[in-house]
Amino acid sequence: MMNWISIGSLSDIPRRGARCVVTPEGKIAVFRTADDQVYAIDDHCPHKGGPLSQGIVHGTAVTCPLHNWVISLETGKALGADEGAVRSIPVRVEGERLFIALEALASRAA
Amino acid sequence: MSERLVIIGNGMAPGRMLEHLLEQAPGRYTVTIFNAEPRVNYDRIMLSPVLSGEKAYEEIIIHGDGWYIANNITLYKGHKIVAIDRAAKTVTSDHGVTEPYDKLVIATGSVPFIIPVPGHDLPGVLTYRDLDDVQAMMLAAQSRAKAVVIGGGLLGLEAAAGLNAQGMDVTVLHVMPTLMERQLDPAAGYLLQRAVEQRGIKVITKANTRAITGNGKVGQVELADGTIIPATLVVMAVGIRPNSALAKQAGIAVNRGIVVDAGMRSNDPDIYALGECAEVNGQVYGLVAPLYEMARVTASQLAGNEAAAFVHMDTPTKLKVTGIDLFSLGDFAEGEDRQEIVLRDAAAGVYKRLVLKDDRIIGTVLYGETADGAWFNDLKKKQTDISEMRDTLIFGQSYQGGAPLDPMAAVAALPDDAEICGCNGVCKGKITGAITAKGLTSLDDVRAHTKASASCGSCTGLVEKLMVLTIGDKYNPAAVQPMCGCTTLGHDEVRRLIIAKRLKTIPAVMQELEWTTSCGCAKCRPALNYYLVCDWPDDYADDYQSRFINERVHANIQKDGTYSVVPRMWGGVTNAAELRAIADVVDKFEIPMVKVTGGQRIDMLGIRKEDLPAVWADLGQAGFVSGHAYAKGLRTVKTCVGSDWCRFGTQDSTGLGIRIEKFMWGSWTPAKVKMAVSGCPRNCAEATCKDVGVICVDSGYEIHFAGAAGLDIKGTEVLGMVKTEDEALEHIVALTQMYREQGRYLERIYKWAKRIGIPEIKRQIMDDGDKRKAYYERFVFSQKFAQVDPWSERVSGKDKHEFRPMASVGFAQAAE
Repeated sequence: MMNWISIGSLSDIPRRGARCVVTPEGKIAVFRTADDQVYAIDDHCPHKGGPLSQGIVHGTAVTCPLHNWVISLETGKALGADEGAVRSIPVRVEGERLFIALEALASRAA
Repeated sequence: MSERLVIIGNGMAPGRMLEHLLEQAPGRYTVTIFNAEPRVNYDRIMLSPVLSGEKAYEEIIIHGDGWYIANNITLYKGHKIVAIDRAAKTVTSDHGVTEPYDKLVIATGSVPFIIPVPGHDLPGVLTYRDLDDVQAMMLAAQSRAKAVVIGGGLLGLEAAAGLNAQGMDVTVLHVMPTLMERQLDPAAGYLLQRAVEQRGIKVITKANTRAITGNGKVGQVELADGTIIPATLVVMAVGIRPNSALAKQAGIAVNRGIVVDAGMRSNDPDIYALGECAEVNGQVYGLVAPLYEMARVTASQLAGNEAAAFVHMDTPTKLKVTGIDLFSLGDFAEGEDRQEIVLRDAAAGVYKRLVLKDDRIIGTVLYGETADGAWFNDLKKKQTDISEMRDTLIFGQSYQGGAPLDPMAAVAALPDDAEICGCNGVCKGKITGAITAKGLTSLDDVRAHTKASASCGSCTGLVEKLMVLTIGDKYNPAAVQPMCGCTTLGHDEVRRLIIAKRLKTIPAVMQELEWTTSCGCAKCRPALNYYLVCDWPDDYADDYQSRFINERVHANIQKDGTYSVVPRMWGGVTNAAELRAIADVVDKFEIPMVKVTGGQRIDMLGIRKEDLPAVWADLGQAGFVSGHAYAKGLRTVKTCVGSDWCRFGTQDSTGLGIRIEKFMWGSWTPAKVKMAVSGCPRNCAEATCKDVGVICVDSGYEIHFAGAAGLDIKGTEVLGMVKTEDEALEHIVALTQMYREQGRYLERIYKWAKRIGIPEIKRQIMDDGDKRKAYYERFVFSQKFAQVDPWSERVSGKDKHEFRPMASVGFAQAAE
């Protein structure tokens, strides 16, 4: 079952930037691109756990602040020569409101 | 024995003629050239980029000294020929050299037309013809004063744009109602005027100059309607006339220019004339393509081919002002037997007009988008019947035959005889043929072998596309390392174009310089942000999303995602109150690690991001500001205790260090800048491995720079010695500003210095007082906007979203 949780509004996140959502399973980074697409992935680089939410956002990718891995916001996969992936979390935008789906978390907690 | 060929003049036309002649009849002539200018053959078309600072003289030389030596040509530089003795067949220079000839080529070019208004001979009135003029203008521009350019034609506008780029306040006076009226119709003239005015150049049309006045030098320009325009420099660019006085004096037939037949021969069978001084079939020429055609004909004639003949040609006009695209060709006057097709896109600033007669193009004006110029030129030249494609003609070649072609396909679709390089008359087939036959892989090779793109350079893009089409991946355009994968341009090119095109936002840079990605990447965005902060300190709004996280949150990210915080301790000096405040902060926020840094201050490590504003608030109460320990900017100024305490100290090194730090903190630089001041040559502050260091001695201050003690270890270079603290500060600030303006992002001072050359840096900072002061003042200006404590800004709420999570989701909520 998809469990959609309201996390705030689009204007809470700067364009080409990110904010964090704290969950019991760790932080989730919610990104807003230059053209207002929103993506959510775990705030944890597959390389050495760097906080992806702190990276520079370009196109639909983010560059990790620790060692410059580039992670696709669409798939959570590392781009270029690096290999690895982070969990990608479904996002829904309804008008200004943002929701993320935390299925796995919900099932585990239940 | 070979025949003696003497050439009067060493411009582009005779230079080109010699290239052809050496190819067609090597060894036939012993060549002697007399050049009234004291230099080699250079590309006059490129004087405008030299004036605007986009190119250096060395970059526009066509034949260097070595070329003359290699080809066994005697070049007399700075020798003006004053007499031709046709009976004795000799020429004589103003330095008294007399040289006999068997064949003589006169290529004396043209002289600028001077309007004979009162005051036209005052000092400060210049023309725009050769490198001397350009150098005089650049010198005058250093005053940043007001300039008037008389003449709104091609040359006048290029001069105005160049002077404007050099920082002058420029007014263009044009006698006609619209600019460039000989090449443009009124609509395009209007668009051009608007674009010129948007660059901050004033334009007055229908302006009749009555007099230039001033006290012993230019002071103002007076117009017939009474308007008075203050100016310290007046550039006359109202036209040229053939320089035929010498020929006339020798009794050679002269009309407007030296009269020659289609074989470029004058009425004396041993004397030829070519270039702007020649009149052939009643026409004189000023654009390079027909002049090069004259060169080809003359060379063939001299090589013995008497059938070679010059045929009149229409040549497209292009304006060489960066950021203004303009193309004009042929006849575009209105007439009853003519029709026109016009396309206007005001938002995009595009205007295109084709003038047709009997279903054939006879004239073209393109403004704002000129890529199809070559194609229209080709249609016109071949007299192609365009009735079939009339409806889509104006949209250009890519719209013909259904779906639009991409630019590469458009070039591929051009016929082999389509002209690519208008200046040198090089067609597509010749270029692709040379690439294949000679195995050419670089643009410079193609220029060397075909001349394509070797003059004005506006067809460079087309030539590059042809190279890709012909040899594919073997063509590597990146002789310079591009900034990143988003562009083919290198850092230096991008910095140059930011200034030249007055680009003031990151989207403007990406749009104008044709970035291949929509919003750059983590490599180019911080670099562009720095370049814009540096170049437009008052206009540019810092883009925080383009800064690395450390500069965005003003602390250093650590491997576990926590941050470290380093407050400034001016010159490494602290006191009990400051230490107490630090101790309290460490207790209150349970900071796990406190460490003394190599730059003489205190680092608190392991602070959670959410706590940063509160930590800064407490530190701010004790008077601390950010130490910028995270910045590509001024970090620390390390000092020793100097003459106040040390028995060896020669000067107040601590005081100087604090003064430098207080003056320079907050400034952004290409990479971090660490400084130190030592009070004596024992050098306890380790100044000789810093980016900038000072060693105090009894007689003053020895300024050092370009040291390194990180990835590389390198002792500093000595910049020079100054006597007072004030001078030391001025020199250090000027040096830093020079580095700020020229350094590539992330390039430390020692790498920049290696690239630029230590002697050049010394020359600009130590020897050239005006340059030094100008650098100093630009730094001071920029500091007005940079010296804001980022910590107190954030304590008062700026960017507060950075430090708080957007939402918290609990188990219960997640499970609902």
